[in-house]
Amino acid sequence: MQGDRRSLARTLTALENRSITLAEINAIIGEEKSESEHWQSLAITGAPGVGKSCLLDGLLRSWSTAGLRVALLAVDPSSPRSGGALLGDRVRMTVVDDPALKNNIYLRSIATRKASGSVPLIVADMTQFLLSLGWDRVLIETVGAGQAEVRCAAIADRILVVEGPARGDGVQAEKAGLLELADAVIVNKCDLPGANRHADELRESYELGTGTSPPVMLTSALHGTGIEEASNVLLTLPSSGRSQRARWRERLLAHHERKILEAPELDDLLEKLASGYMSLDDVIRFIGDNKNE
Amino acid sequence: MGEPLRIVVAKPGLDGHDRGAKVVARALRDAGHEVIYTGLRRSAQQIVDTVRDEDARFLGLSSLSGAHGHLFPKVCELLRTEGLNDVIVFGGGIIPEDDRNALFECKIRAIFGPGTPTSEILEFIQASNAMDDAGVGQPSTWHWSSEA
Repeated sequence: MQGDRRSLARTLTALENRSITLAEINAIIGEEKSESEHWQSLAITGAPGVGKSCLLDGLLRSWSTAGLRVALLAVDPSSPRSGGALLGDRVRMTVVDDPALKNNIYLRSIATRKASGSVPLIVADMTQFLLSLGWDRVLIETVGAGQAEVRCAAIADRILVVEGPARGDGVQAEKAGLLELADAVIVNKCDLPGANRHADELRESYELGTGTSPPVMLTSALHGTGIEEASNVLLTLPSSGRSQRARWRERLLAHHERKILEAPELDDLLEKLASGYMSLDDVIRFIGDNKNE
Repeated sequence: MGEPLRIVVAKPGLDGHDRGAKVVARALRDAGHEVIYTGLRRSAQQIVDTVRDEDARFLGLSSLSGAHGHLFPKVCELLRTEGLNDVIVFGGGIIPEDDRNALFECKIRAIFGPGTPTSEILEFIQASNAMDDAGVGQPSTWHWSSEA
C-alpha cells in the first residue's frame, strides 16, 4: 500500500484539476461498492477556532489504533483575492507522524479554489475514490462558514458539528443552520467555563424539536478528555433522521449544479444564452433531457 | 494562470523560529499558490510523507539552527528513495555562503537568505516550474543564482 500512496495522491490531484473524471477512474480500477452497516463518510464542521483539527487528531488516533483505515479530506477556503490558500491543518495533526499508525491514515488538504460552487462535487468524487480503494471511513473537515462548506458537509453520510463553550446566551443554540443538520454535536474545550451550560442548552433545544435528538457530547481535545467515549459513539452513529429533507435539498442542489457545470455543451449553451437564442428555462430543460451522465 | 501550484513549506529539525517560513508561505499564497505548512520540528520522514500525500510540486525547507548541512541533504535523499524525483526543493534561513554549493549538489535548486525580496522567490518558482528537469531526482545541475 505504501507504494500506492503516491499514485493515490496523484489521482486525487487529477480529480481536483478535472484532468480525469471519477467515471474514467472507475473504468480502470473497477467500481467497487463496499457495503457497510455503518456510515462511510462523516463531515466535521464548526466555526473557526473551536478545535476541529485537534479533535480530529484524537478521533483519528483512536480509530486507526483500532485498525480502521481512515482518510481525512481537510477543506480550507482559498483567498478570494489571489486564489491562493494557506493550508495549516497538518500543524495540529500529530497522529500522521506516528510510525505505528501513519499507514492507516491518509490526510489531504483541499483548498476551495475560486469556483467554490464546485467544491462539493470534487470532495464527493474524492470520497468515492478513496472508499473504492478500500479505505474504511472518509472524514471531511470543513469550516462551517459558507454555502459551499455546508454543501460539502451535506454530501457526507453523517454530519458532526463541533462547538466551543457558550459565548452568547441560550438563544444562540436556537439559531437555525448547521446545528439542524447535525447527527451529533461535540462541545469541545470542556475544560473552559461555559461548556457544560452550552451542552445543556443544545440538548434542551433539540428536545423542543421533533424526532430523535442527536447525541451532544463534551470533550477537551487538548487534554484528551472524552475523546475515547466520543470516538466510540461516533463510530456507529445512526442518522438523526430529523434533517433528511434539508440534507437532500443540499445534495439536490449540488447534483443540479454538477449537471450544469459538467454538461459538455455548456460553452455552447452559454453562447446561445448570450445571443438570446435560448432562454434559461430552455437550457435547464436541455440539460435535464440529456441522458448521458 | 492554470491550476494553483501545491507547495509544502517545512521546518526540519529542532528549530523553533518560523517567522521566515510564514512570510514565505504568505507570499506564495498571495501569489495564488496553495501552501501546506507543516508546523515546527518535523523529521525528514514526516516532511517527505507530507510532500507525497499532498502531491506537492515544490518543497521549501527553512532552517535557522545551523543544522541545514545535515537535514537538507537527508530530506533530498529520502525524497529520491521514495521516488518523488520531480519535486523541486528550495531552502532558506541562515545558510552561510560556504555551505551552499554542497546543498546545490544535493539538487536543492535555490537558497534564499535574509533580505531576499519575496518577488525573487516567486520568480524562482515560475522559472523552475517551467523546466522539466529541475526535480530533486532529475539530472539538471541548474540552480537559481540569488542576489541576496
